[in-house]
Amino acid sequence: MSSLTDENQRDGGGISRRGFMIGATSAGFTLAFVPSALLSSAPAMAIANMQFEPTIWYSIAPSGDITVNVTKAEMGQHIGTALARIVAEELEADWKDVSINHVDTEAKYGLYVTGGSWSIWQNFDLMSRAGAAGRNALVEQGARLLGVAQSACRAENSKVICKDKSISYGDIVARGDLTRTYTGQQLAALPIKTAKERKLIGTDVAAADIPAKTSGAAVYGIDATYEGMVYAKPLLPPTRYGSTVKTVDDDAAKKIKGYLQTIVLDDPSNTVPGWALIIADSYHAALRASRVVKIDWQAGPTATVSEADLLQRGSELVAGTSGSLFLDNDQVDPLFNAADSVLETNYTTSTVLHFQLEPVNAIALRKDGRWEIHTGNQWQSLILPTLAQAVGAAPEEIIMRTYMLGGGFGRRLNGDYAVPALLAAKQLGRPVKVVLNREDDSRFDSPRSASVQKVSMAFDGDNKVLAMAHTAAAGWPTATMAPFFLGEGKNGVKFDPFSISGADHWYDVGPHRVRAVMNDLANKTFRPGWLRSVGPGWTNWAVESFMDEAAHKTGTDPVTFRLQHLTGAGENAGSAPNSVGGAKRMAAVLERAAAKAGWGQALPAGVGVGVATTFGQERTMPTWTAVVAQVKVDKKTGEITLQKLSIVIDAGTIVHPDGALAQTEGAALWGASMALHEGTEFANGEVKDVNLNSYTPMRMADVPELDIEFIDNGHQAVGLGEPATTAVAPAIANAIFNASGARVRHLPITAAAVLAVLA
Amino acid sequence: MSIQFEVNGQSMVLDVPADTPLLWALRDELDLKGTKFGCGIGLCGACTVHVEGVAQRSCVTPIAAVAGKSITTIEGLSENGEHPLQLAWVTAQTPQCGYCQSGQIMQAASLLATNAAPSDAEIDTAMNGNLCRCMAYTRIKKAIKLAASGEVNANV
Repeated sequence: MSSLTDENQRDGGGISRRGFMIGATSAGFTLAFVPSALLSSAPAMAIANMQFEPTIWYSIAPSGDITVNVTKAEMGQHIGTALARIVAEELEADWKDVSINHVDTEAKYGLYVTGGSWSIWQNFDLMSRAGAAGRNALVEQGARLLGVAQSACRAENSKVICKDKSISYGDIVARGDLTRTYTGQQLAALPIKTAKERKLIGTDVAAADIPAKTSGAAVYGIDATYEGMVYAKPLLPPTRYGSTVKTVDDDAAKKIKGYLQTIVLDDPSNTVPGWALIIADSYHAALRASRVVKIDWQAGPTATVSEADLLQRGSELVAGTSGSLFLDNDQVDPLFNAADSVLETNYTTSTVLHFQLEPVNAIALRKDGRWEIHTGNQWQSLILPTLAQAVGAAPEEIIMRTYMLGGGFGRRLNGDYAVPALLAAKQLGRPVKVVLNREDDSRFDSPRSASVQKVSMAFDGDNKVLAMAHTAAAGWPTATMAPFFLGEGKNGVKFDPFSISGADHWYDVGPHRVRAVMNDLANKTFRPGWLRSVGPGWTNWAVESFMDEAAHKTGTDPVTFRLQHLTGAGENAGSAPNSVGGAKRMAAVLERAAAKAGWGQALPAGVGVGVATTFGQERTMPTWTAVVAQVKVDKKTGEITLQKLSIVIDAGTIVHPDGALAQTEGAALWGASMALHEGTEFANGEVKDVNLNSYTPMRMADVPELDIEFIDNGHQAVGLGEPATTAVAPAIANAIFNASGARVRHLPITAAAVLAVLA
Repeated sequence: MSIQFEVNGQSMVLDVPADTPLLWALRDELDLKGTKFGCGIGLCGACTVHVEGVAQRSCVTPIAAVAGKSITTIEGLSENGEHPLQLAWVTAQTPQCGYCQSGQIMQAASLLATNAAPSDAEIDTAMNGNLCRCMAYTRIKKAIKLAASGEVNANV
């Protein structure tokens, strides 16, 4: 998936094209990655004027306080803590001196994106080297100030220690001169600790963001205010695209105290076509007015689209030959033609909402010749050009102020909700705060698209696997929102890598073809979203359900069948640094999970276990994951009780173990919730379930026992926010089969669906 | 209309329409932003506050219904954020995004006020109306039990 590993997209240009600079600022010294071209300029000048593009930078003050700047959005993953630990480890900082600053975004700072379970994987080496460079400079200066040879000195606990003398980092900053530069080569040559030498990485620490989240003090986007602002509540058109406002009747609203006016937005970026905003001096007044303002829309062309239409379109596309060949091999067709038997099955999934608890919102205002957006967001760099287009400004004229996110899960990768605030602020000439209520948020969520897939496998007369083919049709978020991220298939046709990843699994199946098709009706009807894991949410559903069906076809135990095909041969051997060991590491987590869950042991009637694996988000950064689900199925009612999830993950080096565990707990329960409790349908061009009276995510009483284990082996650190999400659903379906004999092939799984198969 | 009530021990008078949800009165009129807006229909629990010591969904509570009553929000639950539940929430490293946690803590405080040692099933029943979208449920339960055990203090 070359597009995802392009350094320009990922980290603003990896270490090869970057240098490191340390310069004096009013706060002490700032240590930062800079483009190589800046290395020749005076460091102090460059740093003081912030001429660099600091995706990574930190400062040390004369007081000894160390501030690590974090560009990643904080949405529950405690990412600031984990990233600062990496710097502090190599810097030999005393953790109590370290604090985290979530910075505002400016266009010049390059790529701001928090998603894809990328944050640790992308930054581990860079942050380590940033810390090491700082330590190197501090030891040099510390030795000079103490009058001792540098070779006799070492760094520890924010001090440089030279035999019986020592000097604190704060004193070095106050008295010394740390100014220097490192080329990319010099940085790469700095010694980085081995796993055994680490003191902070791999040990638990209280996450910095947590205390404020227990006292009500944490400030989310929805909590932001600005002097002179008015509140806005949207009135949403009947379709995502192509609706226009015919008439507005706000007579009844004029009697409402605090109601100001209703405005129809004119959006040159076409992000929010047909939107109107109720403007009032409080949000409760805007809500009150929204119940009586009447708008007549000319509905867009998708006003009658239903979930059945979306699935029907998906089925047509799967049956056809269009789309992109994500994987291909000219031996697939001959082997299928010559096969002794072929297993072919179809899998589908329903539309899923993000339902992040903080509805999307934003304040926009004009200040000091620039537009300011106050909001929580996961991909600022993506929305800045759209905002610029909407308001007729240059991207540099827009700054995004950073807040805590009341849930991300991929919803806030799509920053569409900032556009109406900006348009209104321009139109009204004053600060405007737009808040979507829950129903608005659900209606114009960018949901996980419904999907249709066909998987087939060719076998010889001894049930040996000869070849595999897989086709997936779904709405593609990347095609609408980030087309520069599309990949190119073997047939030259573009594909959304996020929507097909997972189909390129690590099993040896012989020649393998994967065809990815965009469900054009989905992309016309709504704005498909990236939702926690994106494509693996459906591709793994198909692959891992299918691997079980294939095991049963061949009369092989599902764990044994998988292990037989996880040999690490050929292209599944893996490569340094990200996938050392390849499929053998998948086999290891699978064996361990099976052992933990007591695979093969006798179970009470109606109880069954099922297994599934995933490599997480991308082959280029695999997080080896195995899940065993235990369920009880009531054959009379079809009712499913999820009793236990046993999960084993090999994510290489684990930076913050308790944070990793929390992410995995949440991801696994998200997977269970989407498998058994969530899912909605399009009806009349919109999602049917817009609030909790009918959209029903998992609650506390539904939570199964969780047994989670990490295999920490010192390999490259990869990602943990998403991987556990996707293997849970197929593990549950496979367990339902083992418990009851019912094979279910649609998500969410309902009691009715189980009963229908058993009947 | 003018409505008098008490918030976190202080007497307040607000001149807002009688049907104004308590949630928006707290957030936008009194600037107490710790109480959150989630669903607006009383089914997520993010807006939970205490009315006369009992957990209630402020998003579906009209301001007129609390006239003369005493309200406690997350900001007023303890002096310095050191209610046993708040300490336990930190010890158990419970919050992820944190958006629901004010409501979770207020709901749990209401539970512990009437049942000092709730069983797992009683915790499930009391907390089932509070959605945690990050699904930090096991840690919410762990923290409630920790607080109930009395084995949590400010030195964590």
